[in-house]
Amino acid sequence: MLALIPEFANPLFWVLAFPLGGAGFLAVLPSWRQAGLINVAISIGTFAGSLTLFAHRPEPTRLLFIDDFNIYLVALTAFVGMTTAVFSAAYIGREIRARRLNSLRLRFYHSMYQAFLFTMLLALTANNTGVMWVAIEAATLATVLMVSLYRTKEAIEAAWKYFILCSVGIGLALFGTILVYLAAQPVMGDGPDAMAWTLMIGHAAEMQPDLLNLAFVFVLVGYGTKVGLAPLHAWLPDAHAEGPTPISAVLSGLLLNVALYALLRFKMLITANGHTLAPGPMMVTMGLSSLFLSAFMLYRRGDIKRLFAYSSIEHMGVITFAFGMGGPLANFAGLLHMTMHSLTKSAIFFAVGIISQNAGTKHIADIRGLTVSHPTIGWGFLLAVLAIAGVPPMGVFMSEFLVISSTFARQPLLAAPLALGLLIAFGALISRASSMAFGTLLPPQAHHGKEVPIATAFAYTAFALHIVPVMVAGIYLPPALVGWFQNVARMLG
Amino acid sequence: MLSHYSYDIAHLIGAAVLMAGFALLYQRRLQAVLNTFAFQALALAAAAGWQAHIQNAPHLWVTAGIALVFKAILVPFALHWLVKELGIHRAVETALSIGWTMIVGVALVALSIMLVLPVTANAAALTRESLALAMSVVLLGLLMMITRHNAVTQVVGFMALENGLILAAVSAKGMPLVVEISVAFSVLVAMTLFGIFFFRIRERFDSLDLQYLETHRGDR
Amino acid sequence: MTMAVLWQVLHTLLIAALAPLVTGWVRLVKSRLNGRRGPSPLQPYRDLFRLLQKESVVAYSASWIFRAAPYVTFAAIWLAACAVPTFTLNIALVPAADLIAVVALLGLARFWTALAGMDVGTAFGGLGSSREMLIASLGEPAMLMVTFSLSLLSGSTSPARIMLFVLSGNIGLSVSLGLALVALIMVALAETGRIPIDNPATHLELTMVHEAMVLEYSGRHLAMMDMAAMIRLLLFLALIGGLFLPFGIGLPGGGIAQVAVGLAAFLARTFVLASLMAVFETSIAKMRVFRYADFLGGALLLGLLATIFHYVSEAV
Repeated sequence: MLALIPEFANPLFWVLAFPLGGAGFLAVLPSWRQAGLINVAISIGTFAGSLTLFAHRPEPTRLLFIDDFNIYLVALTAFVGMTTAVFSAAYIGREIRARRLNSLRLRFYHSMYQAFLFTMLLALTANNTGVMWVAIEAATLATVLMVSLYRTKEAIEAAWKYFILCSVGIGLALFGTILVYLAAQPVMGDGPDAMAWTLMIGHAAEMQPDLLNLAFVFVLVGYGTKVGLAPLHAWLPDAHAEGPTPISAVLSGLLLNVALYALLRFKMLITANGHTLAPGPMMVTMGLSSLFLSAFMLYRRGDIKRLFAYSSIEHMGVITFAFGMGGPLANFAGLLHMTMHSLTKSAIFFAVGIISQNAGTKHIADIRGLTVSHPTIGWGFLLAVLAIAGVPPMGVFMSEFLVISSTFARQPLLAAPLALGLLIAFGALISRASSMAFGTLLPPQAHHGKEVPIATAFAYTAFALHIVPVMVAGIYLPPALVGWFQNVARMLG
Repeated sequence: MLSHYSYDIAHLIGAAVLMAGFALLYQRRLQAVLNTFAFQALALAAAAGWQAHIQNAPHLWVTAGIALVFKAILVPFALHWLVKELGIHRAVETALSIGWTMIVGVALVALSIMLVLPVTANAAALTRESLALAMSVVLLGLLMMITRHNAVTQVVGFMALENGLILAAVSAKGMPLVVEISVAFSVLVAMTLFGIFFFRIRERFDSLDLQYLETHRGDR
Repeated sequence: MTMAVLWQVLHTLLIAALAPLVTGWVRLVKSRLNGRRGPSPLQPYRDLFRLLQKESVVAYSASWIFRAAPYVTFAAIWLAACAVPTFTLNIALVPAADLIAVVALLGLARFWTALAGMDVGTAFGGLGSSREMLIASLGEPAMLMVTFSLSLLSGSTSPARIMLFVLSGNIGLSVSLGLALVALIMVALAETGRIPIDNPATHLELTMVHEAMVLEYSGRHLAMMDMAAMIRLLLFLALIGGLFLPFGIGLPGGGIAQVAVGLAAFLARTFVLASLMAVFETSIAKMRVFRYADFLGGALLLGLLATIFHYVSEAV
């Protein structure tokens, strides 16, 4: 029993306890003003805890563990959670002043935010496939409740679609998990040991390949729904468009990554057994289909949040493609892209939040001349879109370039559709962004809540904290980070 | 040591869950759907209880209790009440006629049997059969979600899918965390259902206050 | 050999003698459940006797089919009932009879009844015949599917061999058998014209099927059609009871004592099943005509599932 729960000296305990305790605390705190700041404080604590993990790596227990793969994802999650909390403090303030949210709902929102971070960190550090599943399911629940926060008809419908599609996905993923347990059970005996990653990897070669194949199909469809792979992506645009902007940021930036992490863990298990079907081609197909579908859909979007939701689908498609290709270079590219996409996409959603609050609308056609009316955010937004579209010398360009070159090396025929899809998406994003950033200024819209300088500073800080690493990463990656990525790329096979 | 009869009984109860899954596809009235779902949950509770008995796994009794109290009693009651209060249309709207739906259902059962049996050659006979039954129930629940338009029947289809998953989980010998998984699913369904449906009630009556509902009830 | 012939003759007479009593019993139970005193269970005998003494009136437009149909129907159904063992397995028809022959004889009877319904040219008769054919088009394949799964299980289509197999205890609590039982019950309800498919006590245009086809008959013709319906009910009760719960039935080579036990078991089974059927009929309503396809389609699919599950048990 002692091995199940980590003790106090273990930094993992603090990384998980902070958001969980924070969720409980924020649920009872009555004042919304303090709630935003306390939210930020708790998130900073979580991030600090995740940094100490680098210094002192704890031993794996039955339920939780840290290895090379999830350590940087934990740090990334805590970092984006922290910056989004900063942004959210500013954003929510304006929403309250514009009377779109009331105090009770805000209490719920802050508490759910921390609960959501807890579930994601739990999913990342879980050593037990069942616990990981429960955590991802709880994350789905938290986000469903938050997407419906505004209680408009569209928000409820979006939350319903999200609930139905992702719950079916989660259910199929559970079936895959049960099948994996059934494959491990004859080899490793009954009980929790047959569900522990650290122990299963060692015995993977002895498990029955057909059962693992069937299990992986279910897991790919199930967790793939949560990653947003086409054709299972229908929930993603609505959930992003109708929820509050900080939630769109964490959905795109974090939850998609966590679901992909789960998928990759299973992929590692499958490839460790030599006789199973190669999971690569399935992932490559789904990645390419997501890329093309979303690249074409980008051209006709009228709502700014929906536009970037489809962009998320496109990038997750590219990442899945990279991991499906396999090999050290493609895996490295996939990991780098996961990080860069996470940072850039959340930065974009921060900018979108600021823009839509200032302009009072979410329609692209109604937003014009940002570089003239709001120069800081206008140019920042344009920069962020250039980053996500893959313009050099930014981080996303680097990872896309690596994906294309590794594809050329291994499967030259696939490189052409990949490059084509990326170019199509590039065109759509650039045309939309330039029409918003430049163009003739429309008559001033009604201001959406009053701007408060300190809140604005918060929002801009969050944005900058994301954009700067992305810009730097295109030119220079710290050697420690490169070393990690290479290690993990090797693990992924 | 599983004797011949304990295996047979487990198989029979699993088949009862599957038959309830078919019966769900067959119904044309909403209230009959809810009652059939209650029966399926009851059969699931019996299956979990029986597995708890023959596997000597006391935590499965908790799963059986959850299935019985929550899914066989509370959820059908709550859905009946919601259907009455919101005045939801009582007929089941189908995307595919009932006859064709049943035929596709049988095809799915055959498919899951063909998939599961060859693949689980190493496992115990009890597990293999229960897994084939569970996968059939999952696929039938999925079929119900796809071929029904009404929100209530979609939720019932999802919960039928969940029943299949819990059946698979209790049949896998010695699987830990089954209780946690069933609790997690139940919480998911409960919170989402009531969060969303209560909003609809409030939208109609402008308040959750039940005194407003009572004025619509007519003569007391 | 002579014992087999003797038991066969006794079996045939028993069927004919018992059928009206079973029908009377069902009516009595239904009445009591409805809160009425109900007729005596011997009333059907009196009804048949009365009808036999009356003159049978035949319409001008009737052909020879109309006059021949009652005889053919009665003979076919009685023969089918003779082929199904009730109190002993040692009857002379066993080598010749199998379930497919039973289905064929029932089909023959139904065919002639439907022709007779249409023969006179009234609207009700045609209506009844078309509904009956709808039920048959799905019910017969369902029954054959049940036969198929039972014969896969036991290795033979003969009811006697199937009963022997079930008695030997090799099956245990088979899911395949359970599904076949449910399917056979659904088919039996359809074939014998009970609620929820057809209401045997109604003469409303909206609801009658069997009654519509025999509406024109009177006197001895009507007596034979009624008797055929009663024997058909007893046939299905004996079939269900015998195939799935054959305990106590007299085995081949057994003595008088075994046969007596078999008779008592048969009577007990039949009356219990008849009472259960009466309770079931009282508790649900008749379904609408366009739901027949769903109901019987369900029975067919259950039969199909019974076969599929048989293979699952074999493979595991």
